[in-house]
Amino acid sequence: MQVTASVNSREYKRDVEPRTLLVHFLRDELGLTGTHWGCDTSNCGTCVVLMDGEPVKSCTVLAATAEGHEIVTVEGLEVDGVLDPVQQGFSEMHGLQCGFCTPGMMLTARALLERNADPSEAEIREAISGQICRCTGYATIVRSVRWAAEHRAGS
Amino acid sequence: MSANGDRPIGFGRLRRKEDPRFIRGQGRFVDDVQLPGMLHGAVLRSPVAHARIVSIDASAALQHPKVHAVITGWDLEARGLAWMRTISDDAQAVLATDKVRFQGQEVAFVIADDRYSARDALELIDVEYELLPAVVDPRGALDVDAPLIRDDKPGQMDNRIFDWESGDRAATDRVFENADVVVEQDLVFPRSHPAPMETCGAVAQYDEVSGKLTVWCTTQAPHAHRTVYALITGLPEHKIRVISPDVGGGFGNKVPVYPGYLCAIIGAIDTGRPVKWAEDRSENLMSTAFARDYAMRGAIAATGDGRILAVRVDVIADHGAFNATAQPTNYPAGFFHVFTGSYDIEAAHCHVTGVYTNKAPGGVAYACSFRIAEAVYLVERLVDCLAYELGIDAAELRLANLISPDQFPYQCKTGWVYDSGDYERTLRKALEIADYGELRREQAKKRARGELMGIGVGFFTEAVGAGPRKHMNILGLGMNDGAMLRVHPTGKAQLSISVQTQGQGHETTFAQIVAEELGIPPEDIDVVHGDTDLTPYGLGTYGSRSTPVSGAATAVVARKVRERARIVAAAMLEASPDDLEWEKGRWMVKGDPEKGATIQEIAMAARGSVELPVGVEAGLDAETVYDPPNLTFPYGAYICVVEIDPGTAKVRVSRFVAVDDCGTRINPMIIEGQVHGGLTDGVGIALMEQIAFDEDGNCLGGSLMDYLIPTALEVPDWETDFTVTPSPHHPIGAKGIGESATVGSPPTIVNAVCDALRPYGVRHVDMPCTPSRVWHAMRGGA
Repeated sequence: MQVTASVNSREYKRDVEPRTLLVHFLRDELGLTGTHWGCDTSNCGTCVVLMDGEPVKSCTVLAATAEGHEIVTVEGLEVDGVLDPVQQGFSEMHGLQCGFCTPGMMLTARALLERNADPSEAEIREAISGQICRCTGYATIVRSVRWAAEHRAGS
Repeated sequence: MSANGDRPIGFGRLRRKEDPRFIRGQGRFVDDVQLPGMLHGAVLRSPVAHARIVSIDASAALQHPKVHAVITGWDLEARGLAWMRTISDDAQAVLATDKVRFQGQEVAFVIADDRYSARDALELIDVEYELLPAVVDPRGALDVDAPLIRDDKPGQMDNRIFDWESGDRAATDRVFENADVVVEQDLVFPRSHPAPMETCGAVAQYDEVSGKLTVWCTTQAPHAHRTVYALITGLPEHKIRVISPDVGGGFGNKVPVYPGYLCAIIGAIDTGRPVKWAEDRSENLMSTAFARDYAMRGAIAATGDGRILAVRVDVIADHGAFNATAQPTNYPAGFFHVFTGSYDIEAAHCHVTGVYTNKAPGGVAYACSFRIAEAVYLVERLVDCLAYELGIDAAELRLANLISPDQFPYQCKTGWVYDSGDYERTLRKALEIADYGELRREQAKKRARGELMGIGVGFFTEAVGAGPRKHMNILGLGMNDGAMLRVHPTGKAQLSISVQTQGQGHETTFAQIVAEELGIPPEDIDVVHGDTDLTPYGLGTYGSRSTPVSGAATAVVARKVRERARIVAAAMLEASPDDLEWEKGRWMVKGDPEKGATIQEIAMAARGSVELPVGVEAGLDAETVYDPPNLTFPYGAYICVVEIDPGTAKVRVSRFVAVDDCGTRINPMIIEGQVHGGLTDGVGIALMEQIAFDEDGNCLGGSLMDYLIPTALEVPDWETDFTVTPSPHHPIGAKGIGESATVGSPPTIVNAVCDALRPYGVRHVDMPCTPSRVWHAMRGGA
């Protein structure tokens, strides 16, 4: 079937099997390999992308259902050569080690900051609790998101 | 001047050089590799734990329009490839030919146009199994009526893999006989799994014309993998290139060679097209290297006033269906015999029996430092059990028995020589940060109110950086690592190393070592790793060995460059090399600091026309292989506070204080990150994670729905600090840090749980301390 999807403000048309998962559509069809795949059961959250601004686990979304929605992946965070404060925060505060969970974590953080510009530590922990990181122990991820909150774009 | 603050060159906090690609989604992991014409492989796995294979019919799968090949064990048998040698020198089935020996074992490999079709075709393969009884409980594996798992091995009459002991049994028994107090405790360190976020996988490409095989694979040890692939397949080693690109976490899970890697290689050779194999999460949890699985019967002897005299232990070690533990060959129980811990005792003895069971192979993984996690858990729990019986405070008991600074280098009763330490200072610092006295007062108040608060104290000594060639090898390969440093004419440098980062930040840390030694800014130094065609030989990253071994190699090779630079500088300055002295980044004439040359100026001159002494070659490049004289012995003092809900028995870690000593600190930010990660592992291992099996050998932890890993809600904000006691034999005084917290935190957390349950008369609860386990313990059950 033909799927038309808007990813990072660009429209893509691809002929795929109806069962194609969004994560595989992004990775294998569009070559956007920044979105990772980790568990198949919606537990690890490494596949998180934004759909109309809300975090979704792309391993449990069919590519076909993405049609008509705006998808943002990690590749869409940097705009015109300017890093999102969340991206800067993760580097400043050592919010990543192996880098595998990082794209999903950053997108969840971006969505959190859109609805809550000044989240507390508890709110950040709650927001990322659907995602697993095996390297950092989360404290530096929390600090990274706080860094981003304190260094809003343009401020 | 670096953009990174107060310490422009060398050691100190420095943002990672790796980050720019990862935060943009431009990391390159194995599954990101896309090659023209690439096919996809999938593994058919055994649905049962133990069965004889009666028949395999792949004809329907072969008729699938998108399937290119189906490979079975019988196909491989005809080519002598059905079995592979493991890192522990056992045989492991690549694809099963006679029996399946664990649920999830590899039975057939399908190669198709895409990953979905390959999975579809697995459903079309018909395998008939004749079920056999499974060996699940390792303690029953040696019963006379236990089914024989490894009937493939001539002369193997039971499920025993090895019997191994260390220490002095007779001397230990004598101490126990005469001791005032003897405390015995059975302890199980359950089977867990490293579960890195990125599962294992490979892409293999074979060029028929050149005969070159290129394998992108998730490995922590690319050079060791290359050698093993050559030994298994018979392909010439110089025609094999192993590329380990970005690795999404390893924790020991990505050390062994897995059947899937070999199937991808064989598939690429057979089809003439690149083949990708990427396992799913269930395959990762059910078939790749698990961790731990030690059933221990421990005992500790002491005087009535709390002087620890001896420790002994009998262990049944469950190694699964194939002995594929990745550890130095002559160490069947890894470094478990460092179980005397951080205490100055009179005698010690251990006896470990390794057994086969119908479970996945593995054992040494999950940042355990070759079984030191098990060793530290044993001794730290025994010390707490002793404190319980004697009514002595757990911190006081430790302070009274720690090895004192003047005893280093300290030889423990099983032969390890600890390089350096000031244990009491570190423990006192942790107690001070935690405000231990106040914590005990708070606990007393809470107990009076019926609240369950526990304070756990733990101290650990690690032994990392394997290892000296004369003692340690893997399949005959000495555990040494190389470093190659090239300094370009403009003073920029490229360091090539044999170890492989999985998130530890080698590209940053190793550049900082060169920067410290040569005065070249870290941003002017690129670190190359993970490609056997571009890097010197070495055994890779695991067991916290990168900084102790390759970090040392890096310092040594940088010093070689510095000495070459001295000769070139002498020629430039028309002085004798002996008349020069080094200040960071510059050789200058003694007593005449104006007369000197920077490393960058020297690099240009070394490739220029400066006349060099006879026998001195142009350039500054150098190479080295480092053979560590001993392991390094990092250590730490941990304090954990837990709250247990009396109604649900759920344990919450409310505080965790970790004071680590890893000697010289290269990049404190990265060190802190390593500690944080390990502490989180500890919470998972102590409270949540277990790969369990039912009585038929069905794996009950085969997905992240069942195998519970801590999220941000299960862990506190870590309180970390440090002391610095340099290693006397490491060139820069550094010790490993990657696994310290994973080793040190589980007993500290369990100590806290048991401390909280003291009003219930509970001395011990086995891990994972789930609500169910704790609930039963509170009601008098085990």
